[in-house]
Amino acid sequence: MSAQHSLSRVARAVAAKDLRIELRSRVVINQVFPFAGLVMVMFAFALDNDDVLTRVAGGLVWLATLFSLIIIIQRSFAVDTADGALEAQRVAGLDPAGIFVGKALAVMVQLVTLEIMLFVAAVVLYRVQLNADGTVLLVTCVLSATAGLSFVGTLYGGLTAGSRGRETLLPLLMLPVVAPVLIGATRATESAFTSGGAAVSDGWPWVGVLVVFAAVFGLGGILSFGSLIEE
Amino acid sequence: MSSVVDFRDAVVVFNGFPALAEASIEVERGEIVLLQGPNGAGKTTLLRACAGLLPIVRGEASVLGVDLCVDRQSVRQRVGLLGHANGLFADLTISENVLFWAQMVGASEGEVASTLHRFGIDGRLAEQKVMHLSAGQKRRCALACLVVRRAELWLLDEPHAGLDAAARDEIDAIIREASSAGATVLIASHELERSRGLATRSVSVIAGRVVS
Repeated sequence: MSAQHSLSRVARAVAAKDLRIELRSRVVINQVFPFAGLVMVMFAFALDNDDVLTRVAGGLVWLATLFSLIIIIQRSFAVDTADGALEAQRVAGLDPAGIFVGKALAVMVQLVTLEIMLFVAAVVLYRVQLNADGTVLLVTCVLSATAGLSFVGTLYGGLTAGSRGRETLLPLLMLPVVAPVLIGATRATESAFTSGGAAVSDGWPWVGVLVVFAAVFGLGGILSFGSLIEE
Repeated sequence: MSSVVDFRDAVVVFNGFPALAEASIEVERGEIVLLQGPNGAGKTTLLRACAGLLPIVRGEASVLGVDLCVDRQSVRQRVGLLGHANGLFADLTISENVLFWAQMVGASEGEVASTLHRFGIDGRLAEQKVMHLSAGQKRRCALACLVVRRAELWLLDEPHAGLDAAARDEIDAIIREASSAGATVLIASHELERSRGLATRSVSVIAGRVVS
């Protein structure tokens, strides 16, 4: 692989391209964000109990994030496969690791923006409490969980991009794999919110799990993405 | 081997079927070679093998001096394959699509601007989203991407498909200009009348074999 098509150059160009496409089309902003907000409101209606909502707020935020992740990943690969652009990148010999990192970075930016909105909604709708220590834990949790979700989503998005029935195949394959993120992020978030008498310090071991998960899937994606999108 | 494309008794197996069966072809720099033949004869397979996308299971094959039996990756950065799809991002403008590929090879914005001008897709048209373009404009944009990528070997699969007469003339002019500038072009086409006028040489691909 020549230096011209280096990982960082490809990653930067792909991430900028994906974010520019989102800014132009506003699919995530106009459709995914309202969808996620709606999920939060529907949960509030369904549970209809302030104590319960406060206790399960973390889990609800991460469930809404997972549902939204599926749509964001499908959109991320749909723009590349519609006119054969993903194949064009492969044919042109772009570093697949660069494509993987670039697409994951773009997904990360979109997810973090979404999660900020969801946590604000949780504070307003579910009346959760957040102190300074909890905020540090929550920010660390969001960053590590989002990295893990973005890496897994991009990996499985690439795997299913060329297959028939990819709309249903992606959640079927991806959701079981991201279960550890859902569990870890929910526990860490509950600790950050001090829900059900949890202490903030209880959340840090779960953040460790999220960091390991992100590292494993980030490295796995860098090493295997080329094979996944190869013919 | 000094030829741009040099296949000798090359065999490519696709889905368990020998899509190229001991195919031999030699193409020199600057040539425009027309591949003609019926559907399923192996024209597209030959183009994809030249692009390093399909493994050579037997025989010898080199493209731009790279032995495809040993290394199929490094040649990809030097060839441009344009199939039935244009490989463009519909939500981006013409200039953004071309700039994306320019960034990969470190081409300057001036290089992008001159390419857009040469292809007649500059000015206000360059700021149009690809989704709003005609088929001919999309094709020109896709070819402009090959130019800024500095592809030395153009592999074009039915480049005239879906275009009107004026757009076909424009594509022909672009291909001739690329050839004059030193690019080598392989065209698979069913538009024999038009492509014969464009090509410097034509060969037939029949049942996975190349017949001069």
